Amino acid sequence: MNDWFRIPSDLQNSYFGLIGLHLREAVIPVLVGLVIALPIAQLCVRLRWLYPPVLWVTTVLYAIPSLAFFVVLIDYTGQTETTVMIPLGVYSLVVFVPAIVDGVRSVPQETLDAATAMGLGPVRRYLQVQLPIAVPAIIAGLRVATVSSISLVSVGMLIGNQGALGNLLNDGQVYHQPRLIWLSVITTAVLAIAVDAVLVAVRLLLTPWMPRGTRKARPAPAEPATEDAAR
Amino acid sequence: MNVLHYINLFFSDNTHWHGYDGIPTRLREHVQYSLIALAVAAAIGLPIGLLTGHTGRGGNTLSLIATAARALPSFGLLVLMFVLIGFGLVPVMIPLVVLAVPPILVTTYEAMRSVDPSPVDAARGMGMNETNILFQVELPVALPLILSGLRSAAIQIVSTATIAAYVSLGGLGRYIIDGLYQRNYEKVVGGATLVAGMALVTLALFWGIARLAVSPGVRRSN
Repeated sequence: MNDWFRIPSDLQNSYFGLIGLHLREAVIPVLVGLVIALPIAQLCVRLRWLYPPVLWVTTVLYAIPSLAFFVVLIDYTGQTETTVMIPLGVYSLVVFVPAIVDGVRSVPQETLDAATAMGLGPVRRYLQVQLPIAVPAIIAGLRVATVSSISLVSVGMLIGNQGALGNLLNDGQVYHQPRLIWLSVITTAVLAIAVDAVLVAVRLLLTPWMPRGTRKARPAPAEPATEDAAR
Repeated sequence: MNVLHYINLFFSDNTHWHGYDGIPTRLREHVQYSLIALAVAAAIGLPIGLLTGHTGRGGNTLSLIATAARALPSFGLLVLMFVLIGFGLVPVMIPLVVLAVPPILVTTYEAMRSVDPSPVDAARGMGMNETNILFQVELPVALPLILSGLRSAAIQIVSTATIAAYVSLGGLGRYIIDGLYQRNYEKVVGGATLVAGMALVTLALFWGIARLAVSPGVRRSN
């Protein structure tokens, strides 16, 4: 049974070490993307004319295949983790901006008026009213971005073995061990599903006012038109 | 500047425009793979999506499929199929189709579900049969969203077909993979430019199709 999880020594990592590396390469860009997306989205909510061009730019950026993105960056950041993480951050940005804009815009005008009447300034109104109400939309974006990011890290294998669990794919071929390839695919998929489940739990914790039985309530609002799980 | 320099070198080299490894050949291969994969995926995803969306059943199953498909690492799947089946077009087409079906299927379902029910009821009241309702009322209204699903699928196919060069496939990805192995950065960047360009052309193509195919009334209401 333990043989199943043995990792070739050239990867200089244990099975769990690879999982940790994979998570780090996938999650950090998404979080950075979220932090950058918040102000951009707020700007788009404020200045309506800005949103269509921003949406256009993000759609175009999202269409660029990951491998093309990686290799162009090699010239600047070398064959390193950073090269893998920058495109992932950009892709997640692209998922977040529309998700947050739609989420913040979905806050009813009466709610905003009530907040203003209670004496909340624009900053507190944003932090205490708009952002919490937008949480379900943001988490929906977070789920898409994180899961696709986890899947994409594997492609980093092609640029100097920077793919964490994806590196097993190459080793499996080089050493003629299909076991390693199965291990990589299954672990990556399970990791993605587990992280997805954690995010759903986070949403439930953050939005105690939402009905629990999401199954019976209307099917989750159509996720932003970003189905490109893996590219 | 640096990257632009490499791009210029790659495209101005005359040998890159001829023969087996020439840009026209690789471009044709890439387009061919993408079209086959998209056609197969659409042939699977569209009918099922239209039917489930029309009847409104199976939404939960579909969202489950979508989550599972999103979790599947495309690159891993590609290598796995290659190892299991071996050389050739089939092991590459399987993951491409598997990855493209869910966006088509789910978006089509969502598009059909989001059609305003009142015109559908009106059509039924006027005595239209279900097939006519599906094709003459629901489909035209749902078309913009359905096309966006097809667009996601197409872009995903173009990207993954690039990665597929790693497992023996031709296409534009060859330049990137071979260039990396040969430490020929000029080739790598040239390939990347071509692939990015192709993705953008795909975007533009779908934009054009939407302009042509979506009825003006639907476009105005959006």
